[in-house]
Amino acid sequence: MTLSRRAVLATGLAATAAPRVWAKPRLEYALKPRQVADGLWMLEGSTEYFTFENGGNIVNVAFAETDAGAVIFDSGPSRRYAEELRKLVSEMVPRGIAAVVNSHHHPDHFLGNQVFTDKPIHALEETKAQVALHGDGYADNMYRLVGDWMRGTEAVPPNTVLSSNDLTIGGRSFSAVPLGGHTQADLMILDRATGTALTGDLAFLDRTPTTPDADLPRWRESLDYIASLEPKGIVPGHGPFDTEGRSLVQTRAYLDWLDGALTDAAEDGLDMVEAMRIDMPDEFAALGAQPQEFERSVSHLFGEYERAALPEVN
Amino acid sequence: MYKTLFAAMLIATPALALDDPKVTLDDPYRTGMLGYLQKQILDDPSQITLDPRVKVLAPEAAEDSFHVPITVDARGIENVERIALFVDYGPIPHILDYYPGEAEAWLSFRFKIDQATPVRAAVQTTDGAWYLGGTAIDAAGGGCAAPAAAYASDDWEERLGKVRARMWPKTGRVRVIVDHPMDTGLADGIPVFTIQALDFKGLDGKKMARIKLYEPVNEDPTFSLRFAEGALTAPLQVSGRDNNGNEIEATIPFNGAIR
Ligand SMILES: [Zn+2]
Repeated sequence: MTLSRRAVLATGLAATAAPRVWAKPRLEYALKPRQVADGLWMLEGSTEYFTFENGGNIVNVAFAETDAGAVIFDSGPSRRYAEELRKLVSEMVPRGIAAVVNSHHHPDHFLGNQVFTDKPIHALEETKAQVALHGDGYADNMYRLVGDWMRGTEAVPPNTVLSSNDLTIGGRSFSAVPLGGHTQADLMILDRATGTALTGDLAFLDRTPTTPDADLPRWRESLDYIASLEPKGIVPGHGPFDTEGRSLVQTRAYLDWLDGALTDAAEDGLDMVEAMRIDMPDEFAALGAQPQEFERSVSHLFGEYERAALPEVN
Repeated sequence: MYKTLFAAMLIATPALALDDPKVTLDDPYRTGMLGYLQKQILDDPSQITLDPRVKVLAPEAAEDSFHVPITVDARGIENVERIALFVDYGPIPHILDYYPGEAEAWLSFRFKIDQATPVRAAVQTTDGAWYLGGTAIDAAGGGCAAPAAAYASDDWEERLGKVRARMWPKTGRVRVIVDHPMDTGLADGIPVFTIQALDFKGLDGKKMARIKLYEPVNEDPTFSLRFAEGALTAPLQVSGRDNNGNEIEATIPFNGAIR
């Protein structure tokens, strides 16, 4: 305890010496919807990692117009984001908001839920369980990463568990397919009218896929399944709208490379810090949020690869 | 009155010089902790300098507070006897001591981080001089005071002391994972339960390397050692014990054919 107290003292003295900044810029996400298909809009986030500058707006959110109002896919990284989102959608869709869907339990996809508790918030059962389990921890960590943008944000689990592969709202029909691999439960939505797939984080484009809860073989199966649907357009979890299936190909290629690279590193006897520093092919080094995301993936995944490479000897 | 008192206190600060170490270093991390750590962990050496040949490599931010990977590389320094690893901020600053012996002055391992902190490596050579390096790691925190994940599974007692290991004679690498909860004693109701040391020896009993572990070493400790290329020509024995008297014994087979 002596140590911590000294630390606090040292920090405190340093802080008094620094000049105070009184004028704070007003924080605003300035969300700009882009129409990507008939009655379907996308709000594209940046392809960076969470920073104070981007306020956590690194995620894609979408909404579809139905006769009962808009269905919103993922609720964004913060209360502030979701308040702006709700206002914007309410202005654009005359009947307002009918429902919200959470693709999976990562913080940038559900931390806006608290703004929509008066609506059905649909998700897979496992997603609801994971938010209940980890939601507060995610919110705390987001405060640490992006600061004041998170003010007032609380983790609220989805309130409606999907029980069928069919989700029809206000006459607009969606396939709601339970997949996985990016996390334990990843919901893919296919808008049947336009053939657009909303993949959540099963697909990334020009942004490095993230792996804190990944199961690589299952993830690759899910990508194969989405490709087999031959969607006309894809709203990936992160990165631009995709009309050519590039997000599926690129995500698959990165996961294949990651699997091979970590296998080789473990078989060569490297430890984690060394594995984090291996050469990356240019096509993957150029993706958004590198090299941090690769380093994070080594932290998440390498333990299993090294256990496989080291036999039991007693 | 108060103002005067306050000023007097400020002026009186140098009286704390009683606390100062024998050598005051120009600490690049300026935490105000280094002198204290020199005294507590290194026994206040009279010969100590900052040295860029002591490289401490780690990710900028700890993704997993329970398993922060770190590599110390002091191969640029001759005659290394001991490498002490420690942090500035955390309930238990001392992580481990490495006595490389026949191995190179290089070690990779993982530890539990409690909060953002510099991590330091102090390298002592056989003449008694110390050389210091470090890196800063950002962290969300909490790694030290939580119970080991092992207790979530039923079979941890069966796994206790299980060793996974392999050597790569061509590149001189040796890697070891020992299954053990490594409890810090900081989690409610769970006493300290840690491996105290691991010794690496030849089959003839020749001492090759030794690691002394303290509470911050991660659950299921994982170590990578390096020997000179071609220096490994036979199996290695690993042995150790924890503070409850459990013995750890294993032989790392020699396999010259692979990689
Ligand atoms: Zn995700």
